[in-house]
Parts: sequence; C-alpha cells; structure tokens
Amino acid sequence: MDGIHDLGGKQGYGPVDVEADTSWNETWESRMFALVNCAFQAGLIGNLDQFRHAIERIAPAAYLQHGYFGRWTGGLENLLVESGVLSSPVIDERAGALGQTTDALIAARPSARPDCIEYPRDGSGFERTLQQPPRYVVGQRVVTRSHGSPGHTRLPAYVRGRVGTITVWHRSWILPDTNAHGLGENPEHLYGVAFSSKVLWGDSADNHVELCIDLFESYLSPVEIKDA
Amino acid sequence: MHDSHEHEHEHDHGDAALRAEALEALLIDKGLVTPSAIDDLLELFNERVGPMNGAQVVARAWHDPEFKAALLDDATQAIAPYRFVGGQIDRLVVVENTDAVHNVVVCTLCSCYPWAVMGLPPKWYKDPAYRSRVVREPRNVLREFGTEIGPDRLIRVWDSSAEVRYMVLPQRPGRLRDADESACMAAITRNSLIGVEEVV
Repeated sequence: MDGIHDLGGKQGYGPVDVEADTSWNETWESRMFALVNCAFQAGLIGNLDQFRHAIERIAPAAYLQHGYFGRWTGGLENLLVESGVLSSPVIDERAGALGQTTDALIAARPSARPDCIEYPRDGSGFERTLQQPPRYVVGQRVVTRSHGSPGHTRLPAYVRGRVGTITVWHRSWILPDTNAHGLGENPEHLYGVAFSSKVLWGDSADNHVELCIDLFESYLSPVEIKDA
Repeated sequence: MHDSHEHEHEHDHGDAALRAEALEALLIDKGLVTPSAIDDLLELFNERVGPMNGAQVVARAWHDPEFKAALLDDATQAIAPYRFVGGQIDRLVVVENTDAVHNVVVCTLCSCYPWAVMGLPPKWYKDPAYRSRVVREPRNVLREFGTEIGPDRLIRVWDSSAEVRYMVLPQRPGRLRDADESACMAAITRNSLIGVEEVV
C-alpha cells in the first residue's frame, strides 16, 4: 500500500528531534503499548503483519499527528471493529464520556470488507523451512519490482525498480504480503540486498553510502532479464 | 503553553489519548484483557528490557575475541544463553563499525527495533524525520546527533524491512582500552547501538 507510512526518502519533515529521547512521555502511551501486547496474547490480533497493515490504513493526518502509540491506537481500533469485538458507536460513546469532542481527529478507519484472518497461526515465530532452494546467490545482481500493491508489502517505494546486489541469504520466512491478509504464510526466501546511494537518489547523492535492506524473493528479478 | 502550535499539538495527542483510554476500558469491561496483565507487561519492560542488554553484549565482545567472532557470525545463537526477554529478535544481526565503515539502523516502513536487546525505541526513531531522511542523507542526520562521520568513511544504512533485527557493534574508544567490562558497559549508549552516535 502506497501509504503515509512508507517514509523512506520523503522530504520536508525537517530536522530530527534528537531531544525526543524516551519511548513514551505519557501514561496512555505506555498503557497502549501493553494493551496491544495483551490483545495479541488474547488472540484479538491475528498476527504482526495484520497489525502493521492496520496501522498503515489509519487516517494519514493522524499517522503524522498522533505519535507512535496513537498509530497503535488507530490500528488496534481498526482490527477490533473489523472483527466485531467492538463497534465504532460504542467506542465513540466511551471516548465521549471521557471528554472526546465532536471535532476530534479519529485515527481508525475500519474497513467495511475486512480480511478474514484465521487464528491461531500455523506455528511460532516467522521463520519457516522451505524445500525449494534459493533462486539467487550472494553477489548476484537483482532488480526490484517496480510497482506497489494495494495491500501490505515490505518493499518500500524508494527501492522499487532499482538494481542491487544480493549480500546474504537469510533463509526463508513468512511472506508479510499474504500473511497480513489471511491469505496464508507462503514462506519465501529472504535476502539482504545492497543498493548504492546513486542508484537510489541520483548523481547528487553522497556516493560513500550503501543502503542494505531485506527483501523477499518475489520482490526480485534477475537483472539479466531486464537487460535482455 | 499558550503558543497555538503547542496547543494544537496537545489537542491532537488528547484525541489519541482519549481513544486509547476508551479502548482499554472497553476491553477490560468485556473481560478480554485484565488491568493486572497490562501492569505486569509494563513492569517486565521497565525492569528487564532495555539497552543495558545490548551494552552487556557489546562490552563482552570488546573483551572476548571468540565471543565477538561468534556474535558477528550468528548473533541470534551467540546471545541465546543470555535468555533476553522482550521479543523482536527472531533473527539478530550485529554489524561492526570499523575505521572504514560506520553502520546506522532504521525501519522506514514502521519502527522495527530489537526490543529484547535494546528496549523500546526512542520517539525520534519512530518519527517521520528520522525514518525519511536517514536512508537518503545519513551523514547529515548523524550530524544532528553531533556525530561527524568523515567523507572517506562508508556509511552503511540498514533498513529493517523484514523480521531480521540489527544492532551496531560500536568501536571501542582508546580511553576504554584498559577498562573492564562493567566500565565499558556504562559508556555504551543506546544511541551507539542504533549507530547515531559513537562511544566516546
């Protein structure tokens, strides 16, 4: 999903607030951290990929304004409403009783046609065993897929359609693109891929920078095919 | 506090805070989570999960060449005996700073971070400014942390896009050449494990 969350290389966000040094400043933020973890344990959230995508789907303005645990709040609300555990009017009523005003910015935007995620998932952790051998070898040049997708993906926009080099094979892992939507674990080989900054940002880029990122096999094609 | 921008800022966080409180209250009312489970989890993270774990690992690597080699080869296995809790280290990779290479870690798509060895990330790590810029102009971003990386030193930026998590093994400064592990541990900052600072 080409959403507000895909921030790599975007410009205009200003200097880093290096003084914002703590994980949370307010009690509600720490409570939300714990609440989401408890919701996982209670089976209210199917898997981490589903939760990440629920955050990607919140109102973009709230993504920027509500801070990290505000994003978690919106993501959790999306999933609780979509699974029928809570309803938006019930949450509105409770938040209203706590002092929420009518002009409040609500982060959650629950889908009317949510994904159906089966619980519990097949196994623990994210790594899986795959019989088929990896398609690429260390040192091989690959080109990344040039397009996005309507759903969850871990291929950021700034590395799409670019040529990089395989630096390591990380064995095989659950594919977030399907796991987030309840479409199966579909484990794939995962690779560390290195890109030069000039390939990513053009000739004016700092040429003594290398970007390393972990990409699934289906995000990649052999570079020879493109050249042919 | 009378500045209009600050007021707006507070108001926005207020919206999220009230929504968060409503969700917590409703889930507790339904018996789906308990206040004690929330308290227990916070206590665990406050007391046992933090950058002291990563600092312990780095300090040992500075003193024990065999451990350092194992850590760089397969950090997940090398730190398994520590039984760190907190999660987010299904696979840990430790990357070493040298005179030629400086490493820095980010997650541009969300805010992935190796909780069990570094705790929860600071706010700036999760903010758009850091996530957007460190992949594009890392040398400038590091300068904002007061870290000057010379133009002849390669900066390697690690974008944590899958379930592999990264921690930096900073260089041991000369002043700590004869220091023991606990003195080294005290000097190793969380920011140096992310790679936005060096250990001084």
